[in-house]
Amino acid sequence: MKTMRDAKIKDTVRVVRVHGEGALRRRIMDMGLTKGVEVYIRKVAPLGDPVEVTVRGYELSLRKADCELIEIE
Amino acid sequence: MSNKELRIALAGNPNSGKTTLFNALTGSNQFVGNWPGVTVEKKEGKMKGRDGIIVVDLPGVYSLSPYTLEEVVARNYLVDERPDAILNIVDGTNLERNLYLTTQLIDLGIPTVVAINMADVVRKKGDHIDFDGLSKALGCKVVEISALKEEGIDDAVEACIEATLKAAESKKHLPMHSFSGAVEHALAHIEEVTVHNLPAEQQRWYAIKLFERDTKVLDALKLSDETIAHIEEDIKACEAELDDDAESIIINDRYEYITRVVRKCVKKKNASKLSTSDKIDRIVTNRFLALPIFAVIMFLVYYISVSTVGAWVTDWTNDGLFGDGWHIAGSDEYDAALDSYGNEMLFENTELKDIILSANENGVLGAEELNIAFADKDYGAFTEAYGSYGEKLAAEGFSVAEIVDPVLEGEPSPADYGTWVPGVPALFDKLLLDENGEPVVAEWLYSLIQDGIVAGVGAVLGFIPQLLVLFIFLAFLEACGYMSRIAFMMDRIFRNFGLSGKSFIPILIGTGCGVPGIMASRTIENQNDRRMTVITTTFIPCSAKLPIIALISSALFGGAWWVAPSAYFMGIAAILISGIMLKKTKAFSGEPTPFVMELPAYHMPTLGAIMRSMWERASSFIKKAGTVILLSTIVIWLGSKLGNTGDGFGFALDMELENSILGYIGGAVSWLFAPLGFDSIKAAIATLMGLLAKEEVVGVFGVLDFEGMSALEGYSFLAFNLLCAPCFAAMGAIRREMNSAKWTAFAITYQCVFAYAVSLMIYQVGMAFSGGLNIVGLVCAILVAALIVFMLVKRPYKAKNN
Repeated sequence: MKTMRDAKIKDTVRVVRVHGEGALRRRIMDMGLTKGVEVYIRKVAPLGDPVEVTVRGYELSLRKADCELIEIE
Repeated sequence: MSNKELRIALAGNPNSGKTTLFNALTGSNQFVGNWPGVTVEKKEGKMKGRDGIIVVDLPGVYSLSPYTLEEVVARNYLVDERPDAILNIVDGTNLERNLYLTTQLIDLGIPTVVAINMADVVRKKGDHIDFDGLSKALGCKVVEISALKEEGIDDAVEACIEATLKAAESKKHLPMHSFSGAVEHALAHIEEVTVHNLPAEQQRWYAIKLFERDTKVLDALKLSDETIAHIEEDIKACEAELDDDAESIIINDRYEYITRVVRKCVKKKNASKLSTSDKIDRIVTNRFLALPIFAVIMFLVYYISVSTVGAWVTDWTNDGLFGDGWHIAGSDEYDAALDSYGNEMLFENTELKDIILSANENGVLGAEELNIAFADKDYGAFTEAYGSYGEKLAAEGFSVAEIVDPVLEGEPSPADYGTWVPGVPALFDKLLLDENGEPVVAEWLYSLIQDGIVAGVGAVLGFIPQLLVLFIFLAFLEACGYMSRIAFMMDRIFRNFGLSGKSFIPILIGTGCGVPGIMASRTIENQNDRRMTVITTTFIPCSAKLPIIALISSALFGGAWWVAPSAYFMGIAAILISGIMLKKTKAFSGEPTPFVMELPAYHMPTLGAIMRSMWERASSFIKKAGTVILLSTIVIWLGSKLGNTGDGFGFALDMELENSILGYIGGAVSWLFAPLGFDSIKAAIATLMGLLAKEEVVGVFGVLDFEGMSALEGYSFLAFNLLCAPCFAAMGAIRREMNSAKWTAFAITYQCVFAYAVSLMIYQVGMAFSGGLNIVGLVCAILVAALIVFMLVKRPYKAKNN
C-alpha cells in the first residue's frame, strides 16, 4: 500500500482511502482529505516534521506519522 | 417576534472572519465568558442598533464531529438550545472546506443563512461566484458580506429574521442535499425506528448521527439494545454495499456534493500565480531561514514586551504611579541634585571610605559592591548596596550606620525639583494624614488602606502595562497567521512532552514574568496542551526569582557562575519531566487531539481588531485574576499585622514578623521543611511571603540568615522556592486560564509537591555524599526518584473501553 508518507515534496497525489480510527481519522477527513481528492505536497517543516500540503485550495499541516494513514494511488 | 428575543448563533470555520463579523454586529455590547465547565471562550452580544436580537458566537469549528471540545460545545448549543437562526459565515476564498460545515449545519433543521465573506478578494482574483445558484443548491439564503468593511451585514441579519419567520410558518425545513440512494434508504429506516417522535425538522440530523455511530448521540437518545441492533443491520448493509465505513461514507458524500456545487457556481479564472501569502510563506517557513527568522521574532517580542517597553512602563507603574511619584520634567535636575548631595555628604568622608575598605579586605559580603559604588561616586548604587548589606557589615563589626543613616534622612526630596507628580499612596497620604503626619483615621485603617488595598491594587495594575504590550504582539502574531506557523515549526520538539508548539511563547515570556506567560497560553487551542502549559510555565525562573538566585549564589557559593544557569536548567528540566509524567496520567490521557492544522493565509490584521483582542484579554485578567491578587494581598497584610503584641493577641503596625499570625503559621509548618534541610522559622516565613511576590523571599530572608546554613541547604531552599507555587498574581492568572477551581488547585498542589520532591532529592542525596547520611531520608529520596523514573518510562494511561 502506498501512503502519503511515500510521496515526495512537490508531488501531486490522489487519496484513495483514510485508514486508522476515531478522532484522528475523522479529523483528517473533516479537513477535506477524502476519497479522490488531489493533494499537493508542499514542504516539510524546518525540523523535518510535520509536512505542509495543499488540499481543496488551502494549506494544511499534518505529521508524517499521520500521513501513513492516508492511502494514495 | 415583537416581545421575544431572537437568538442568532454565529457559526463558521476558524479564520473565516467570524470574530470580525461578531464585533461588527455587536460593537461593544459584548459579554465574554466561558462555556460551562470548559476553557472554551463564550461570547454573546446584543445586536447593534436593533433591539431584541442576541448574537451568540460559537467556537470556530470545521465540523460537528463528537471528538474535539470546541465541536462538542458548538453542537451541544445548537442541538440543545436550538437558536432561532444560524448565521453561517463562509470564507469565500476557501469555499470547499467551509461549505462542508454548512452542509452539517443545514441538516440540523434550524433556519440557516450563509454569509459569504471576503467575496471582494475572490473577485479581485478574477473568480466569479454565482450567489443565486449557491442559494438554490444549498436550499438556504446566501448573502455576500465583507465583515471587515461592515458591508452586507444588515442584509444578512435581515435574511436570518426572514428565514426564522418562514420556518415558523411552514414548520417544515427540508435540506436540499441528499446522500446517495443506499444511504438515504438507511437514513429513512433509522428515522422511522428511532426518532419519529421528535419534531420533524430535527429527525434528519439525529438519523445521520446514528448512522455515523456517533457515541454522544447514541448516549443521549438512550435507545434500547434491540433498536441499536436493528439500525446496526441497516448501517452494515449500507457499508457492505458501498465498501466503506459509515462515517467515511457520509463525509465523502458531503465533500463530493460540495465539489459538484462549487464546480457549478464558481467560475475560476485559471491563472494561479503565486499569491502574496505564498511568497511570504516561502521565506518565513523556508527550510534554512525559518528558524533564524523565528529566533529574531521571538527576540523582538521578548525584548520589547519584557525587557524594554514592558519593563519601563511596569517600573513607572510600580515606582511612580503606585510608588512615591514621578517626574514629568526635571528628573535630570533631581538626579544631579542627588549626585552632588552624595558627593558632599558621603563620598568625601574618609572615615566611611576606610571602614568599607577594610571590610572589603576582610572579605565581608557586600563590601565590594559598596566600594565600587563609592569609587564611582554613584549615590543610587551605594544606597541600594547599603540597604542589602548594611546589616551584614554591622554584624561583622564594620558598622557604617552612624555615618550613612543621617545622610539618608536628609536626602533631597524629588518633589522639590522640576514637575513632580505624587503617586497614588502619596495622594492617599494627603487625604488620610494631618499636618503632623498622623493619620486622621484609626491607625489600623490607615495601614489597611495603604499597605493592604492600595498596595494590592498596585500589584494588580503593575502587571497591566506589560500585559498590554505582550497582548498586542500575541494578537498580531495570531491574526497575521504566524502563530500557526510557530506551531508548525516547533511541533517536532514539543509534542514529546505533552506540550504544543505554541507552548514556546508562554515559556519564553515566563522568563520575564509568569503572569503574562500564563496568559499567553490562551493561544493554544487544545485544552490538555493548554492546561499542561499553564501548570509548567512558572517552573522557569521569572525576573522576580532572580534576586533569590543572586542572593544565594553570592551568600553561599561565593558568586559561583554556575548557580544561575543551573536554576534555568532546573526550570526547563522540570517542565519537560512534568510534561512527560502528566501526559501519562488519567486526567491528561483522553484521545490525543490530532495535529492536523490549517495554515491560514497571511494577512495584515486591522489595528482595531488587535486593540480589541488586547483589551479583551487585559480586562479578563483584571476581573478574574485581579480579585485573587487583591484579596490575597489583604489577607497576607492582616496575617503580618495581627499577632502577639507582647501583651496578648492584637493588632500592631510594627509587629515583628516572628510574632505575627504569619510567623506562627511559618513556625507551625517549618518542620515540614526539615527533610529539605531548612527548618528555620524564618525560612518558612520567607517561603510564605514569597507567595506575595517572589522577591519578598529576599526581603525576609536577608544575608544574615544564611549564617550557619550549608551550601547544600541553601541550594535546596533555592530549588524549593523556584519550583513551588508561584506568587498570588500568577496563581490568579492560573485561575483565570484554568477557569476551574479544581484545576487551579491541582496545578498549585502539583507544583508544590514537585518542588518538595526535587528539594528532597537534592538535599538527601547531597547529604549522603557529603558524609551526613540519613538513611530514612535517603530511602525516601530514592523512592521519589524511582517514582519519577517509573512515570517517565511507564506506558501511557489507556481508557478501558474502546
